[in-house]
Amino acid sequence: MNLQTAAIVLSLSLTLATAAAAGPREDQLAQYAAAAKATTPAFAGFSAARGEALHRQKFAGGKPATPSCASCHADDPRSAGRTPAGKTIEPAAVSLSPARYTDAAKVEKWFKRNCNDVLGRECTPLEKGDWLAYVASR
Amino acid sequence: MKLRSRPVALGLAALAFSALVFGRAQAGGGHYYPPVADPLVKEECGSCHLAFAPAMLPAKSWQRVMNGLKNHFGDDASVDPAQAERIAAYLVANAADTGGRRYGGKLLRGVATADAPLRITELPKWVGEHRNVPDWEWRHKDVNSKANCAACHADAARGYYDE
Ligand code: HEC
Ligand code: HEC
Ligand code: HEC
Repeated sequence: MNLQTAAIVLSLSLTLATAAAAGPREDQLAQYAAAAKATTPAFAGFSAARGEALHRQKFAGGKPATPSCASCHADDPRSAGRTPAGKTIEPAAVSLSPARYTDAAKVEKWFKRNCNDVLGRECTPLEKGDWLAYVASR
Repeated sequence: MKLRSRPVALGLAALAFSALVFGRAQAGGGHYYPPVADPLVKEECGSCHLAFAPAMLPAKSWQRVMNGLKNHFGDDASVDPAQAERIAAYLVANAADTGGRRYGGKLLRGVATADAPLRITELPKWVGEHRNVPDWEWRHKDVNSKANCAACHADAARGYYDE
């Protein structure tokens, strides 16, 4: 391999490496972070611990059959979940479902549906980012 | 090991339950409703429940379902307009009174041609087929909903609903 090809291969692999580090999941988190900062100047990053609390909390504002995220996604996101109509849901944890949260439109669509189901309102960018930080840490 | 055991256990519970209901192993037979083959329909109509076979409802019903996705049995199942159009076209083309007639036509017995029922589980023929299912079975925690076909029909995802 001559020097020139080596340089091309090197720069190619560098491009690929950066692309992997800033994947669609990270892009979306960055967008939620920007939105969270815009509303809360004191915003200091997402928290997996807050995300876990959100995951487990039983809310009264949504549907009685599904008071929490855990109602469908299981208490432990590393377990499979189940919808009220009986459909199995693959684990929410990124460690077990690495393809998750990589399609921004899909993520937004389900946040909208599920937050309305559980909280009776849409989730804030802070809540979305915290929850994603939680399932990414599991 | 521990991590993976839960889905398997769920599957086993479902199997055990259907074995309880039917009491014997089943294979093949005439009660076949071709499952959804279109990946978009499978994705958008198969996350909350089994992607119901298009041959189980008439075309008018599917149009009604597709026009009401914003409030779909209390859920927001809406999709963007271009996708909705593609999904509706697929369901309508394979409905019980169109392309899926030879599979699902019998389910329309007792349904007036002007009617557009929203539920398979309210079709007179479906109700008739299930009249002997006892109350406790519908309430069983592995069932929870009449629309949870796969809890009792282990092969529902592949289109088989044999007794
Ligand atoms: C009524 C059942 C139900 C509840 C309650 C629920 N979800 Fe979901 N969720 C689903 C289903 C079904 C899917 C789509 C199937 C899949 O992704 O495997 C999904 C998918 C998602 C996705 C997208 C996954 C991906 O791969 O991109 C996110 C994000 C999500 N849910 C977040 C939440 C949060 C946050 C809560 C609590 C506020 C919650 N869900 C509560 C059923 C539910
Ligand atoms: C966000 C979740 C969700 C999505 C997505 C969804 N559904 Fe449903 N669907 C439901 C719920 C909840 C019910 C009521 C189930 C029950 O009675 O237990 C239902 C019921 C139905 C029924 C009636 C079942 C019966 O009782 O016979 C049909 C038909 C149906 N859905 C078709 C569709 C189609 C077509 C799509 C795709 C465009 C779709 N659904 C997408 C949640 C969903
Ligand atoms: C609680 C269990 C249960 C659920 C849930 C259930 N079924 Fe059934 N189904 C049965 C039983 C039991 C029979 C056989 C009835 C008989 O012959 O007395 C049956 C029969 C049928 C038949 C006729 C098959 C034959 O061989 O006669 C069809 C078609 C069918 N079910 C479709 C469905 C669909 C579609 C759903 C979901 C929308 C569903 N079932 C949900 C228990 C169930």
